[in-house]
Amino acid sequence: MSERAAKVTPAEDEQDDDQITDSATPDAATADTTATDAASEETTDPVTTGAESVVRALENAGVEYAFGVQGGAIMPVYDALYDSDIRHVTMAHEQGAAHAADAYGIVSGEPGVCLATSGPGATNLVTGIADADMDSDPLLALTGQVSTDFVGNDAFQETDTTGVTTPITKDNTFASDSDRVGSDVSEAFALASEGRPGPTLVDLPKDVTNGETDREPDEPKTPDTYHVQEQADPEIVAAAADRIENASRPVMLLGGGVIKGEASEACREFAVEHEIPVITTMPGIGAFPEDHELSLEMAGMHGTGYANMAITHCDTLIGIGTRFDDRLTGGIETFAPDAEVIHVDIDPAEISKNIHADYPLVGDAETVVEQLADAVDESPAAKKWRAQCQQWKSDYSMAYEAPEDAPVQPEFVVEALDEATSDQAIVTTGVGQHQMWAAQYWTYTEPRTWVSSHGLGTMGYGLPAAIGARLAADDDQEVVCVDGDGSFLMTLQGLSVAVRENLDITVAVLNNEYIGMVRQWQDAFFEGRHAASDYNWMPEFDKLAEAFGACGFRIDDYDDVADTIEEALAYDGPSVIDVHIDPDANVYPMVPSGGDNGQFALTEDQL
Amino acid sequence: MKRGLEGPAPEERPTPAGRRNKQGIRIDPEVEATHEPRRTVISALVAHEPGVLSDVSGLFSRRQFNIESLTVGPTEDEDRARITIVVEEPDPGIDQVEKQLRKLVPVISVRELEPDAMRRELALVKVDAADPASVSAVADMYDATAVDSSPETATFEITGSRQKIEAAVETFSQFGIREISRTGLTAMARGTDQTAGADLTAQPADEANYSDATQPADDD
Repeated sequence: MSERAAKVTPAEDEQDDDQITDSATPDAATADTTATDAASEETTDPVTTGAESVVRALENAGVEYAFGVQGGAIMPVYDALYDSDIRHVTMAHEQGAAHAADAYGIVSGEPGVCLATSGPGATNLVTGIADADMDSDPLLALTGQVSTDFVGNDAFQETDTTGVTTPITKDNTFASDSDRVGSDVSEAFALASEGRPGPTLVDLPKDVTNGETDREPDEPKTPDTYHVQEQADPEIVAAAADRIENASRPVMLLGGGVIKGEASEACREFAVEHEIPVITTMPGIGAFPEDHELSLEMAGMHGTGYANMAITHCDTLIGIGTRFDDRLTGGIETFAPDAEVIHVDIDPAEISKNIHADYPLVGDAETVVEQLADAVDESPAAKKWRAQCQQWKSDYSMAYEAPEDAPVQPEFVVEALDEATSDQAIVTTGVGQHQMWAAQYWTYTEPRTWVSSHGLGTMGYGLPAAIGARLAADDDQEVVCVDGDGSFLMTLQGLSVAVRENLDITVAVLNNEYIGMVRQWQDAFFEGRHAASDYNWMPEFDKLAEAFGACGFRIDDYDDVADTIEEALAYDGPSVIDVHIDPDANVYPMVPSGGDNGQFALTEDQL
Repeated sequence: MKRGLEGPAPEERPTPAGRRNKQGIRIDPEVEATHEPRRTVISALVAHEPGVLSDVSGLFSRRQFNIESLTVGPTEDEDRARITIVVEEPDPGIDQVEKQLRKLVPVISVRELEPDAMRRELALVKVDAADPASVSAVADMYDATAVDSSPETATFEITGSRQKIEAAVETFSQFGIREISRTGLTAMARGTDQTAGADLTAQPADEANYSDATQPADDD
């Protein structure tokens, strides 16, 4: 560790230089513009090194931001970035760089880019890359590597990064040639978002990036062996359409793929035209407006009771862009047992992986939904079913009690935040109880406004994700991070970045001084033995925020909620609200792991 | 302290009668919905580049596919290698093996071979040669070729189906086997049928393909 610190110190010195030169940047930019005006063709100098070619590849791809941390083996790339218009955001930890880039990718739809040096830099990215892989987020990771003549010798800060990341990337490449390295990056960028998105990685040995080359990178293009099927088989579409027309209990299940495939509008039109109730998965939140009558919101482990009743009792399930994760399905045996499944997915390997698809429709979500829309002539006769769904909505309403004299209920805080912000506001979260409350009690109406860690369940995701989301969002979109105390503690060094960049984000830490979700499970399944889940040693987050230079707030009771939220949102810069919530509050409904979705518990007694 | 949401308790709710099996297939009394594992051969044409074998073998181990043999070697095209994999899985698992393999970027095409495909493996068997005449007679029976001999040992090369090699090894064991080294299985489709060709749009073997492909007999 001390060795690494020693290695990093020169980079820090360099950063000071960076800032000094930064102030001169406007001049340089002006000079550049004048040059551009003078000779509109000659805008860029030819590349001379592999590293310049890497940066050129990023520029060609339209990359605006890169998130990373300097270090020994990645130094040539940073040196090339120094002259680029790409804005590099130095993060406090590489995990944050990967999450910020991941969130940038979710909000913008373009791959986010993160950089790290070899060895510990690359391994610190691993959590963020794995997170992006599980959620199919477009992400490009560039890692430094020791010189090729040292590779395999256990050199200083060497890790077999392509080996380590093979299981968690869509594709990765060890760049071995200065002439090719730029094209390797272009290709990785294209692969990250083409078809089913996912993380890609290029490992960049120092001699390859330092090496001389005059080869400009190729345009971003996926390799010839990579094929994406856009349109589904028309015969299966026709059969599926027939099934939908004859359905008496249809539901649409929209997953994250709907948002990634820009199919939200098409799905909405289809559902409204044929009056089909709509459920989303957690990554699918925002694909359909939750304030619409047809919306049953989210199904799954902590989904609404009405969504879980509907999914359990439907006879036709139109799953779009979902991989039927176990947190959604509960036990396979009891998942939509009466339903014939129509499954739309761009990845053929998702078809019948977990739930057998009776009508497999491989293709781009938007294209296939339009195919289906063309093929369905008659709406299903499901009036009774819709009435039943509305009945379930009132039977299992998400109402909670918030007595004045009791501690602040987390649901109330989430609703207050939702009320104080616009429909366009972006919510990022960590992982745990707060994440579920944020999913359940905030009413989402727009795609790309829910940024969370789903498949991997990465605590600490929220704050760095808010940084990435802020930079991808429009200026008038609020960015709110709903975090938990345990989650926030894992990556709160990112506050230094938010302060340095003066990012207008509001973090609401729902602080119950527990790893709350674990505490909830311990209460339910481990006889209330709170092994290592009691966090009554938490710092005061408002004061901590102030130590970082952010604005700190604290909420202890209901009287503070509305005003404090308003103040924190109004503050132009990062603010942190330490919200002391009811420590005993738990998340309901709940389907125990592997349980029957229709048998969700509404109270602890029912677990 | 005991809080939660309102609504009918689990036992007061209607429950559908249907069920799915472990593979996510609805259990229809009319249709037998469970699949027993079967052994089959999958052939993949891949880009001949470093790391591709580790990509493939890593995929198999992390997805817990039950793999029996995996071999790789160059093809007529120097940029292409062929990987031959023997797996034992139920049909949905075999389907997943193919789909997941196809997802790897360096993989060009994948297919499950027909039961009549040619399958071969090779074994080197080193036996005690105290009785050279008997050893030689056994070798003849299995078309084994002597590749090395010493006063104490004889080493034979046997090529053929798995059954043939296993039979040969069993017969040789009467002399005392010192060492055995076996390759995995390699295979190729018969006639003009392409094994896993450069046809980039190659689709997985269809349903009909697996229904008649029960435990296929190794050919000779």
